[in-house]
Amino acid sequence: MAQDTTLNDAHAEHEHHELPTVFGFWVYLMTDCIIFGSLFAVFAVLHDQFNGGPTGKELFEISGLALETALLLISSITYGFGMIAAHKGQIKSVQMWLGLTFLLGLGFVFLEVREFAGMIAEGAGPDRSAFLSAFFTLVSTHGLHVSCGLVWIITLIVQLSGVSAISERMMNKLTMLSLFWHFLDIVWICVFTYVYLASMI
Amino acid sequence: MRNKYLKGTARLAGLASVLPLAGCDWDILNPKGPVGDQLKFLIVESVIAMLIVVVPTIIMVCVFAWKYRASNTSAEYLPKWSHSNKVEAMIWGVPTLIVIFLAIITYQTCHSLDPYRPLDAEANTKPLDVEVVALDWKWLFIYPTEGIATVNQLAIPVNTPVHFVITSDAVMNSFFIPQLGSMIYAMAGMQTQLHLMATEAGDYLGESANYSGRGFSDMKFRTLAMPQDQYAAWVEKVRASSDQLDNPTYAKLAAPSEAEPVRYFSHVEPNLFDEIVAKYNNGMVMDKSTGKMIHIQSAMSDMNMKE
Amino acid sequence: MLGRLSFADIPLDVPILVGTFMGVAIVGIAVLGLITYYGKWGYLWKEWFTSVDHKRLAVMYIVLALVALFRGFADAIMMRSQLALAYAGNPGYLPPHHYDQIFSAHGTIMIFFLAMAFMTGLFNFIVPLQIGARDVAFPFLNNLSFWMTAVAFILVNISLFIGEFSQCGWLAYPPLSEMQFSPGVGVDYYIWAIQISGVGTLLTGVNFFVTIVKMRAPGMTWMKMPVFTWTALCSSVLIMVSFPVLTVAVALLGLDRYFGMHFFTNDGGGNQMLYLNLIWAWGHPEVYILIIPAFGVFSEVVPAFSGKPLFGYATMVYATCAIMVLSFVVWVHHFFTMGAGADVNAFFGIMTMIISIPTGVKLFNWLFTMYKGRVQFHATMYWAVGFMITFTIGGMTGVMMAIPAADFVLHNSLFLIAHFHNVIIGGVYFGYICGMNFWFPKVFGFKLNETWGKRAFWFWFVGFYVAFMPLYVLGFEGMTRRLNHYDNPEWYPWLLVAEVGAVLILFGIVCQLTQLYVSVRDRNLVENRDLTGDPWNGRSLEWSTSSPPPPYNFAIVPHVHELDAYWHDKENGIDTRHAGGPYQPIHMPKNTVGGIAVGVLSLVLGFAAVWYIWWLAVIALVGIFATVIARSANQDVDYYIPAEEVARIENEHTRKLMAQAAE
Repeated sequence: MAQDTTLNDAHAEHEHHELPTVFGFWVYLMTDCIIFGSLFAVFAVLHDQFNGGPTGKELFEISGLALETALLLISSITYGFGMIAAHKGQIKSVQMWLGLTFLLGLGFVFLEVREFAGMIAEGAGPDRSAFLSAFFTLVSTHGLHVSCGLVWIITLIVQLSGVSAISERMMNKLTMLSLFWHFLDIVWICVFTYVYLASMI
Repeated sequence: MRNKYLKGTARLAGLASVLPLAGCDWDILNPKGPVGDQLKFLIVESVIAMLIVVVPTIIMVCVFAWKYRASNTSAEYLPKWSHSNKVEAMIWGVPTLIVIFLAIITYQTCHSLDPYRPLDAEANTKPLDVEVVALDWKWLFIYPTEGIATVNQLAIPVNTPVHFVITSDAVMNSFFIPQLGSMIYAMAGMQTQLHLMATEAGDYLGESANYSGRGFSDMKFRTLAMPQDQYAAWVEKVRASSDQLDNPTYAKLAAPSEAEPVRYFSHVEPNLFDEIVAKYNNGMVMDKSTGKMIHIQSAMSDMNMKE
Repeated sequence: MLGRLSFADIPLDVPILVGTFMGVAIVGIAVLGLITYYGKWGYLWKEWFTSVDHKRLAVMYIVLALVALFRGFADAIMMRSQLALAYAGNPGYLPPHHYDQIFSAHGTIMIFFLAMAFMTGLFNFIVPLQIGARDVAFPFLNNLSFWMTAVAFILVNISLFIGEFSQCGWLAYPPLSEMQFSPGVGVDYYIWAIQISGVGTLLTGVNFFVTIVKMRAPGMTWMKMPVFTWTALCSSVLIMVSFPVLTVAVALLGLDRYFGMHFFTNDGGGNQMLYLNLIWAWGHPEVYILIIPAFGVFSEVVPAFSGKPLFGYATMVYATCAIMVLSFVVWVHHFFTMGAGADVNAFFGIMTMIISIPTGVKLFNWLFTMYKGRVQFHATMYWAVGFMITFTIGGMTGVMMAIPAADFVLHNSLFLIAHFHNVIIGGVYFGYICGMNFWFPKVFGFKLNETWGKRAFWFWFVGFYVAFMPLYVLGFEGMTRRLNHYDNPEWYPWLLVAEVGAVLILFGIVCQLTQLYVSVRDRNLVENRDLTGDPWNGRSLEWSTSSPPPPYNFAIVPHVHELDAYWHDKENGIDTRHAGGPYQPIHMPKNTVGGIAVGVLSLVLGFAAVWYIWWLAVIALVGIFATVIARSANQDVDYYIPAEEVARIENEHTRKLMAQAAE
C-alpha cells in the first residue's frame, strides 16, 4: 500500500513533468509565427518588383482560391470534432474525423500545387521576378507546413489504431496537432487577404 | 547660445586631448577637408564626453579591487550591504546625462553631416559633378560635364565642393577617401550621393571599405586634389587620351580584373551612368532634376536582357 | 551520381590544407585508436552521445566550443601572420582565395560554434540546478540540439578538405554571395551549416524558456530567480525572436542560389539591402544573446568572491530586460552608410546609445558589489576584473560608432574589428571562461588549477591589448577590414605589433590547456577536491548539491524562501537537501539514439545538398522524418530510479559532508 502511494505521488510528479509539452509547442509555434512574419515583410518589400513580368492581378484566380480557403477552414472544423471525440475517449470517431481532416488538407495541397504548376507553365515561375520569388516562397512555406501536418495526421491515425484508451501523451500530441492545424488556418487567412486579395484589388 | 557654449568647452577640452596626437598623421585625425574636419571634431568631442565616466570607472575598478582585497582586513566590510538609493541614482543618472548630450550631437550631426546634404560651400561655388561606378575590382569615375572618364584616379580641384553620385555594376562596395571624410555604399541599381571637398592640395588614398571579393585588396585609387589651373591641365591631359569609353569598351572594362592600372578616356558615352543604373531596374532610372522614375532605352539594357 | 563533386575538388594543391589534413587525420586516428584500445566506445555511446542528462550535454557543448576555439584561433593567427608579411609587394603566404575563406570561417566558427556552443553549455549545466529542477523541459530536444550544433561544425570543417568554404565574410552579404559572383560550393556549405545549427539553437531557446517559466522550484518567484537564470531567460527570448529571422534570411539566399530566385540579386527586382536588414535584425540581438549570459556569470562570480550579495539585484534584472527589448531596435547601426535619411540614422544611433545606459548600470552594480567586500583574488575573479576594465573601453568605442556621422569614417575599418573583439573577447569570452573556472568543481568534483589559470588570464589579457589596440589605430589610419595585402608603410609596424599580440593569446590558450591537464592530473589531491559541493561558499541552489550532482540533481525538490536561496538556508540552518529523506522513486527520461540519428542524417543532407547529390539528400530527408516518427511512436522513453538507490546516493553524500565538517 505504502509502495502504491509513493508510486502514485511519483506519477503525479511525472505528469507535472510532462505538462510543459503543450506550452512548449505553443512557444515553438510563436517562433514559427516569426518565420511567417519575416516572409510577409519580405513580400511587402518586393510586392511591386515585377521586373516586367506578370502582376498578381494578371495571375491570381479568385474561384480556385475560394475553394482552397473553404477546404482549409472546413478541415479546422472537422479537426475540432476530432478533439471533442478525443475528450470523450471515442477512438474510432477520432480516427474518422482525423481522416476527414486529412482528405480536406490533401485537397488544399492538391489545389495549391495545381495553381503553382499552372503559373510555372505560363512562365511565371519563382525565378521570373522578385515579386514571384516572394510570392512562391511565402505561399509554399505555408503549403509545406500543411503537408507536414498531413504526415503528422497519418502518424497519429496509425498510432491510435490498436490502443484501448487515449493516453496522456497521445492527448498531448492531439492537442499540439490541433494548435498547429488552427495556426495554419490563421496564417492562411493572412496569406489570402494580404497576398491574394490585396494584389487583386 | 547654449549650443555655442557647449561647443566652446568641448573645443577647449578637445584641444587638450588632441595634443599628444598632434604629431601623428593618422588619416582620420588629419583631415584635408571640411567634412573630415567636422568628423574629427565630433569624434574627439564624443570621446571626451565618454571619458568623463569611463576614466573614473576604470580607476574605481582598480581601487575597489585593491582596497577591498580579502587580505586587507583593515578595510570596512559590510557583508549584507546590497542596496543604496544614492548609488542607484548616480549609476543611472550620470550615464543618462552623457547619453542625452551625445544624443543631441548625434541628432545635429546626422543632419549637418548627412552625405546627401550639399556642403555650405556649394552656396557660392558650383560643385563639380563626378559619377562613380564600382566595378569588379576597380573604380570608374565619370566627369559628365567634362565628358571624360578615368579608372582608379580621381582628380579634384581644391576648395571646390564635389558632388558624387555613386553606383555599382557588380557587388556592393563602399566609396571611401579617409582624409576627406564620409563613406557611402555603392550598390547596383541604386544611386547614393556624397558631398566632399578638399581644402588642401595633396595625394590621398581612396579605397573600397566594403569587402567585394577576390580583387578587393587592390581596389583602390589615388585622389589628386590640385589647384584649379593644374586641374584644368589634368582635364586636358585626359582629353588627349586616345581611349574612348563607348559601350563595347565599357563591357570589356566591366569584366572582372585585379590591380587595374590608371586609365584615361577622352570621351565617354553620354548617359552611361544612367544606363548602368537602369539596366538593373528594367530600364528605369531616377531623373535627377525631377526625382521621378523615367524609362531609358539603350543598347546596353538590351544587351543585359539577352544575358 | 556524385552531383558536382569530383576528385578535383579535394585541394591537394594547397600545402597548408594537405598538412592540416594530415595533422587532423593523425590526431583523429590516435584518438579513435585510444578509445578502441581502452574499450570506451560503449561508455561514450551510453553515457554521453545518447545521454539526455543536461549535465552531460553541457560538458559535450563546452568540449565542442573548445575545439571550435582551436579552429577559430588557428584561422585568426594565420590572418595576423598574413598581414604581418603581405606588405609592399610581398603577397604573403595566403592567396586571396584561401585568405578569404579563412576570415569567413573565423567569424562563422567563433560566433556559431565557439560562443553559442559555450553559452548553451553553461545554460545546460547551470540553469536546471539553479532553479531546482531535475532536468530541462525537453531532454530529448536538448540532445537533438547538441547534435545539430555539432554536425554543423563538422560540416564547416569538411569544407576544408572537400571543396571550399564561403569567401563572402561571416554574414555572406549578397550580391557577392549570389550564384553570379560566387558559383562555388563555399556559400552553400555556409548556408547549410547555419541552417542546421540554427535548428539546434532555436530548440535550445524554446527549451530553456519553457524550463525557466514552468519548472522552477516551489517558492522561486520571478524576483527570487538567480541573475544567471534571468540572463538565460532573456537570452532564450532573444533566440526565439531572432533566430527565425536568420533562418529566413539564409533560406532566401539559398533559394536565390538553388532555384534562381531574385530576393537579393542585382537583377530581377532583388534587393540586397533587404538581406542586410534581415540578417542584422538577427545579428544585433545575437550579440546580446551572447553577452547577456556573460553578464549573468559575472553577477554570480563577483558576489561569491566578494563575500557579499549582488549590489542592486532588481536594477540588474530591469537592466537585463531593458537590454533585451532595446536590442531589437538598433540593427540599422550596422549599415548607416547605406544612405538612409538623417532621421532614420539618428533614431537608430540614439537607440544604440540608450542601450549603453543599462549596460553601464550593470558594470556599476558589479563595482559596488566589490565595494566594502572581501575580494578574494581567485583566478575566476581575475577574469571578472579584467572584463570590467576591458569592456568599459569596448563600450566606449561602441558608442563612438553609434554616432552615425562618426561611423561614416569608422565603418568597416579595423576600428570596427577592434571594437567588436573588444566586447566579444573582453566580454563574452572572458565571461564564459570565468564561468568555466567557477562551475568546474561543480561539474567534475575538483577545482581547476589556480596558477595556470592566472597565467592563462595574464596572457589573454595582455595579448588582447597588444593584438587589438593597434587595430584601433589602424582604423584611424584608414585601413579597412578584410584586406589581403597592402603597401601603406604606416600600417606595417602596427600590424607587426598585432601579430605579437596574437602570439601572446596563443600562449594564453596553451596555458588554458595546461591548466586543464594539470587539474586532471592533480584531481585527487585533498586541496583540489570538492567534497562538500560548495567550494566557494555559494549563494544559489546549484551549490547545495554534491559535486558532481547526482543524475536527478535534487532527491527532494528544494523550497525557495528568498533570493540567494541556498545562502538563506545556510544562514538559517535549514537543510536544503532534506538529508535523510524520506525518498521516493524519481522519474527520469531514458537515453535516446534519436538525437544523434537526426544529427548525422542532417549532416548527410547538408553535404548532399551542397554537392547536388539529390538522391542522397532525399534519402537523408526521408530518414529524418522516419526517425522523428519512430521516436514519437516509442512508448519506452522513461524509467524510475528506485527510492533505495536515491537514499544510497544521498546518504553517501551526507556522510562525506559530515566527515568534512568533523575535520
